[in-house]
Formats: sequence, structure tokens, C-alpha cells
Amino acid sequence: MDMIFSVLDATLRVSTPLVLAALAGLFSERSGVVDLALEGKMLAAAFAAACVAYIAQSPWVGLGAGIAAGMAVAMLHGVVSITYNGNQLISGVAINMMVSGVTPVLALAWFQQGGRTPTLSDEARFTAIDLPFADAIAHSPALKTFFGHNILVYLALLLIFVVSWVVYKSRFGLRLRAVGENPHAADAAGISVKGVRYMAQAIGGALCGVAGAYLVLAQTGAFIQDMTAGKGYLALAALIFGKWRPWSAVLGCLIFAFTDAIQIRLQGVELPLIGSIPDAFIQALPYVLTVVLLAGFMGRAVAPKAIGVPFVKSR
Amino acid sequence: MQITKKKHLAVAAALMVAASSSFAFTPAVVYDQAGKFDKSFNEAAYTGAERFKKATGVAYREAQIANEAQKEQVLRNLARKNVDLVIAVGFSFTQAVQTVAAEFPKVKFAIVDDVAKGDNVQSVIFKEQEGSYLVGMAATLASKSKKVGFIGGMDVPLIRAFGCGYTQGAKAADAKVEVVSNMTGTTPQAFNDPARGGELARSQFDRGVDVVFHAAGGTGMGVLQAAKDKNKLGIGVDSNQNHLFPGFVLTSMLKRVDNAVYQLMLDGQKGTWKSGVVTMGLKEGGVDWALDANNRKLISKDIETKVNQAKKDIISGKVKVVDYRAGNSCPVK
Repeated sequence: MDMIFSVLDATLRVSTPLVLAALAGLFSERSGVVDLALEGKMLAAAFAAACVAYIAQSPWVGLGAGIAAGMAVAMLHGVVSITYNGNQLISGVAINMMVSGVTPVLALAWFQQGGRTPTLSDEARFTAIDLPFADAIAHSPALKTFFGHNILVYLALLLIFVVSWVVYKSRFGLRLRAVGENPHAADAAGISVKGVRYMAQAIGGALCGVAGAYLVLAQTGAFIQDMTAGKGYLALAALIFGKWRPWSAVLGCLIFAFTDAIQIRLQGVELPLIGSIPDAFIQALPYVLTVVLLAGFMGRAVAPKAIGVPFVKSR
Repeated sequence: MQITKKKHLAVAAALMVAASSSFAFTPAVVYDQAGKFDKSFNEAAYTGAERFKKATGVAYREAQIANEAQKEQVLRNLARKNVDLVIAVGFSFTQAVQTVAAEFPKVKFAIVDDVAKGDNVQSVIFKEQEGSYLVGMAATLASKSKKVGFIGGMDVPLIRAFGCGYTQGAKAADAKVEVVSNMTGTTPQAFNDPARGGELARSQFDRGVDVVFHAAGGTGMGVLQAAKDKNKLGIGVDSNQNHLFPGFVLTSMLKRVDNAVYQLMLDGQKGTWKSGVVTMGLKEGGVDWALDANNRKLISKDIETKVNQAKKDIISGKVKVVDYRAGNSCPVK
């Protein structure tokens, strides 16, 4: 029984950055801009958050720096793909490579610790929140699973609702989808295509910023070279298999985090009837299951029609 | 007049002899991008070189690369400048050392922590299993739940050798102890994923583990952080990591890069330097466990005595630690 709660607990922790990054990608891609730069934005944010939180000794200032860094990188992607109609795939990949190279060099120059940033003290991190009824929680593992996380986990949960409301119910959401499906029609209706796309980039950058800051301020306590370790691409995959819909994408992230938590606990364990499963197979499980479940049950993925196509105003 | 001239000549000759003997041998150390004061391998190499300088009065040269592409260039520059022995620190130099050593057959090269080919190359590697054995023993003795954990980085024989040595040590201290073991992944990325490291550590803590040893590079930073957050004990690797979270790092498995560099320079100076592979274990001072002010309180008299006894036994050959790499299998689970 404890094991189940332990798995659920881990699912929430692991899925948080994935969910945030997937939602970030949702804004960008729904506006018609392919976003391979999720990884780079998260990494830049993680780095900025680590540096600033260390200097300011405050997780909130660090979070702010992370968001700012995420948005700055997103704007770069915006300038290339929206203003200059560049190739969005190449811009994304280039950004990832650039951030992956620049961050350890800066860390090395500023802190001289082999491309790492100094370890943050507890005061400079988001630790589990102490709720008034914490004592009661300590005795109930079921409650402990859902309470006793750090504040960013709850923020991510809240953001899922906000994002799905914004995308489907708000005026901006309607424009966002219109711009991603048929930018020329949107343009004819008087919507600034570039304006909406820039806005989507900014929101996505901010969300990636929170995701990157979470990695450092909540999960690990220091920046390390390439510490995003493919989480941006994973989130993008969840978004695509989730057919560019917020709840389906979140579901994909949750399935992945859940199976990953199980996978970790299955390594080297003798199972009844089956015996010990080879590690390589178990390690592939989260990826295989996520793809099979999402692709198998969600049906065909239909991308926003104008995705990847730079908008050139017809004259 | 005649005499004074002769005297001068003698002094000059003596000076020249002195000069040539101190300049006869010039070693050099090359640090990688992490820098000389990285609190890890490079700093250890620096410490070793400084010790050599103090002991012999022979100066050494040093160089640091700023990026990957400079490796060969820096090695080549040193080889050209009449350096006799070029020591490169870290396995990332393997290819560069192989290439440049072939271009300068008269210069001696050395690489620490990996094997590079060449008739003028000495490769120094470590018996990781022996150091891991010692910290495994310390882990069992410090564990209250009698469950200890191991978290490896990329699933390769080298990392398995850490885990296997650790398990042997843990079981030697108490045959009933349970060792929970996890690998982070199967790609080099597994060494750079501290978030995942923390998650693996938490999963082990949930299973009752209270001491965890990591051999996972940057991923291990997450392991040690999680140990601190959950009020458990972590064990560091490669360099002394006790200082990262004082009071929460039980000890560290050390690769004594300083000893390796010191020995290399000394051999070079004495002329006993040989090409080929040198393996440094406990006996040769190549690996060790860390005991300093940061973990003094965590290591009881009992632990210290038993671990040091095991160290003696391994050095004397009474205890043999199996190397996973020898047969790709581990005698204990």
C-alpha cells in the first residue's frame, strides 16, 4: 500500500516540469509556431534561477529570473520565426544547442565549480509547504501524497485549469487557435497574427521558465550542465500525442511520470510469476506505454493547420 | 687573476650543471574545462603536482583548455615546448592523447582515469571496486534499517564495478543487509540528470533505504540533495564530496588523482616512468575513503576501526574484491 502512495507521490513530482513545458509548447504550437526550443528555454531558466536564487537567497526572486530567462529565449525564437520568417525547426534546435553551450561556460566563469552553480541553501529553495494540519498528514500516507509538496507543484495543477480556460473560453484563446489554423482568415478579421504569435511565445516562455526553475529550486538545488536531460522533447511528444489539447497533453505527462515511477521501483525486483525482468526492458517501459496509450486511445493526431508555416501577409 | 678566472669558470660550470639538472625534467599538467579549482579531479591533479614541486623543487607547467576543440592543440603546444611528460586529467582526453602522442614519439604522455593507446603513453586507472568496498562497509555499519542503496549513472561495466564492490563491502559487514540498486539510464545523459537522481534516491528511501551511494556524476548531486532533504545519508564519489552537505554525507569514495599525478611526475624525474597501463588500488594509494571534519561526527569509532581493518586486509591480500569488469558478473546481489 505504501508503495502505491510512493508511486503517486513521485508521479506528481516528476510530471510537474513536463506538464508546464507541455502547456508552454501548446501555446506556441497552437499559434502556428513549432516549438523545439522547449528544452533550451527550460535550461536557460534553470540556469538563471540557480544563479539569481543563490545571489538573492530567495526562491521567489529565482523564479522571477527563471521566467524572465525563459521569456527572453522565447523572444529570440519569436524574432527568428515570426519577424524574419525563418525556419522554425532550425531556430528551435539552434537555441537548444546555444543554451546548452552557453550556460556551463557562464557558470564556469562566474562560480568556478566545473560548470555547476553553487548548491542552494534551503532558504533559497522551494521546499515542501508546512500546512497547519501537517501533523495529521504525517500519519496518513494517502493525504501525504497530495499535500506536502512544494508550492510549484500546486501552481502547475492550477495552471492546467487556467490554460485550458484561456485556450478554449477566452477571446485570446479563440484568436490563438484562429491564427494557428488559418492566419490569413484571422488577418482578414483584423487580428494581428504576429502580435498573437509573439504573445503565445511570451506565455510559453514564462511557463518554461517556471518548469526550469522547478528543476533547480524544487528538485535539485543546483544547476548542472544539460540538466533538463530531454524533458523538453518528452513534453513535446506528450503534446503531440495529446493532439495539442491541454488535458490530453497533461494526461500524457502523467502517464509517463507514473510509469517512470513504477519503472524505478521495479528495477532488479523479483516479481511473482514473471521473475526478474531485464533492466533494459523495464527502462523502456515508460516511453513505450506512453506512446501506446496516447496513440492507441486518442486516435489520430491532427496538428494545427498553419503550424510551421511563416505568415506572410498577402497584399 | 688566472686563479680567479678558473674559479669563475668553475662556478659557471657548477651553475650550468645545477641549471641543466633542474631543467632536465619538465612535467606538465593539463586540466579540462572544469578548471583548476573545480573541487574535483582537476583540483586533485593540481594538489599532486604541487606536492611534487615541494618535494623535489622541480617546477612544472600547466595548461587549461577552454573548450573541447582545444584539447589536441594544448597537448601539441606543450609537446613542442620541450616538456618531457604531459599529464592529461580525465577520460575526456583519451582520444586527444592518442592522436598527439603518435605525433611526438619522443615526448612522454600520461592519462589519468582511462586507457589511451601508444608506446609513449602511460594510462593510470583505478580499482574502483576496492574503494567502493570500503564505503559499502561503512554504509552497512551506519544503516539503522539494514537496507543500503546504490545509484549508478550510465549502465556500463565501469559503473557496475562500483556497485559490485559496494555490495561486496556491504555484505561483508553484515551478510543480511539488503542492497537496493538502481541505474539512471543507458545513455551518457544519465550522468547529467540530477532531478532523476533525486527521484531514484527518494524511491529507495521509500523502500526503507537509509544510506545511499552514488556513482553518477552530476546526477549524484540530486542524490545527495535528496538524502539531505529526507534526513538520510548519502555517499559521495570520485572526489571528496563530504563538504557538499556536511552532516548528510557519510563519506566519499575517493579516486586519488593527486597521488597518481605525483607518482607519474616522480617516476618521470627518476627515469622509472614506463609506458603501458598502471592500475592503482588501495595498496598503491589510488583509491580511498574520506574522513574529514565534515563527516567526523557520522563515523563512529566502530565504523572507523572496521573499515580501516578491511582496508588493511585488502592491501595485504587477505580480502580480495572481485572486479565486475573481469568477468562481467558480480558474486553477490
